[in-house]
Amino acid sequence: MIEIKDIYKSFSGNDVLQGISGKFEEGVTNLIIGGSGSGKTTLLKCMVGLHQPDSGSVLYDGRDFTPMTYEQRIEVRKEIGMLFQGSALFDSMTVEENIMFPLNMFTDQSRKEKLERVDFCLERVNLAGKNKLFPAELSGGMKKRVGIARAISMNPKYLFCDEPNSGLDPKTSIVIDELIKEITEEYKTTTIVVTHDMNSVMGIGDYILFLHEGKKFWEGSNKEIAHTDIQELNDFVFASRFMKAAKDKF
Amino acid sequence: MNFTNFGRYILLLKSVFRKPEKLKIYLKEIAKQMDYVGVGSLGLIAIISTFIGAVMTLQIAFQLVSDFIPKTIIGSVNRDSSILELSPTISAIVLAGKIGSAISSEIGSMRVTEQIDALEIMGINAPGYLILPKIISGITMVPMLVIISMFLSISGGYIGGSISGAVTPAEYIQGITTDFNPYTITVALVKAFVFGFIITSVPAYEGFYVRGGALEVSQASTRAVVISCISILVCDYLVTQLLL
Repeated sequence: MIEIKDIYKSFSGNDVLQGISGKFEEGVTNLIIGGSGSGKTTLLKCMVGLHQPDSGSVLYDGRDFTPMTYEQRIEVRKEIGMLFQGSALFDSMTVEENIMFPLNMFTDQSRKEKLERVDFCLERVNLAGKNKLFPAELSGGMKKRVGIARAISMNPKYLFCDEPNSGLDPKTSIVIDELIKEITEEYKTTTIVVTHDMNSVMGIGDYILFLHEGKKFWEGSNKEIAHTDIQELNDFVFASRFMKAAKDKF
Repeated sequence: MNFTNFGRYILLLKSVFRKPEKLKIYLKEIAKQMDYVGVGSLGLIAIISTFIGAVMTLQIAFQLVSDFIPKTIIGSVNRDSSILELSPTISAIVLAGKIGSAISSEIGSMRVTEQIDALEIMGINAPGYLILPKIISGITMVPMLVIISMFLSISGGYIGGSISGAVTPAEYIQGITTDFNPYTITVALVKAFVFGFIITSVPAYEGFYVRGGALEVSQASTRAVVISCISILVCDYLVTQLLL
């Protein structure tokens, strides 16, 4: 479980996060949603240590991450897998080398064992046999899936996904969403997905934290999200014509 | 480079020299970088050094019009100029353009495409993994290139002098073997070591802290080359002052 307590973060006097708190349970898909500039990616980066919060704490199963030394953080980070918005695959490496990279760095497995793990991860994301391709030869959806394969290669306890559906067609988005949900339930990971995609919200949002202008406005599940009377949340949820039409119809 | 940047540069270097996560992977990366920096630059350095040596011979011969100065001096001047100044400095400036811009754009592109963030999330010391192999390859391969450059520059002088008739081969050989001070080689190698460090670490710093997109990456690359060249010239003066 990951818990955040009263996170504040500002950049050059601009308050991006203003006292965000929340609990993200393991084995369920936790979503952080909000419009552009609401602070969701900054919150994610504060959680994984890419940004240092001005105040507040991030607890990984009770271990406070924020005051940790570099060496202590490394130990926690070995338990983290992350899927980036642009996949962040290493251009100069093949798919196989990308997935094998953390295994090479942190395990003493034989090459055969590592290759077996790579094959397992690729099979898990339905990309078996694509080992020797370079990232430039993959489609957007395939890159995301390789990103997921790399993220799970070390059996992470915590899985972070930053806008996993950005730039993907609706069908591929659903594939990625379902993959994230399956992995979360199968490996009992604490999964946190940052998104503004309403399909993801309705499809996999077991727990949702809604941010607006750097503040937490609402938390709940996808079953509750369409029935709130919070104006900011309704403006966000029913911004698309499709969602608006669905609301009017039902 | 203002003081803030200089401070950040020092802090980055501190991270670069942290203990590697896995030595084997770093060694593999060092070998790759040595191949790129050393073998990959050999052709360019060979062409430049040979022509500079040849031109130097012609220009020295043109300026030595007095009958009281023996022509063997052409070889001596060419040798000392090549060893002390031309080979280390010109090679370093050329390498700053070739290697420096490549390092800056490689690391800068990795920054803007979140590949550096990905390394850090995995628990890898990104400055160490990305920059240390480049610095080690710079401080080992640049001196080697400079040694080759010295040899080719002096040989170029021989070829240029012989073809043009500015100096006979015998006079040139006599010139380069008379009053040779081996200490000049030491000075040149110290310079090459310092320049090798500059042309890898400065562009790495510029690339590592890029913010933005493709435009910023290219701007960082240009800045990296300019700052490297200026730093090379300043350090050239300082090392010469200290050692000669």
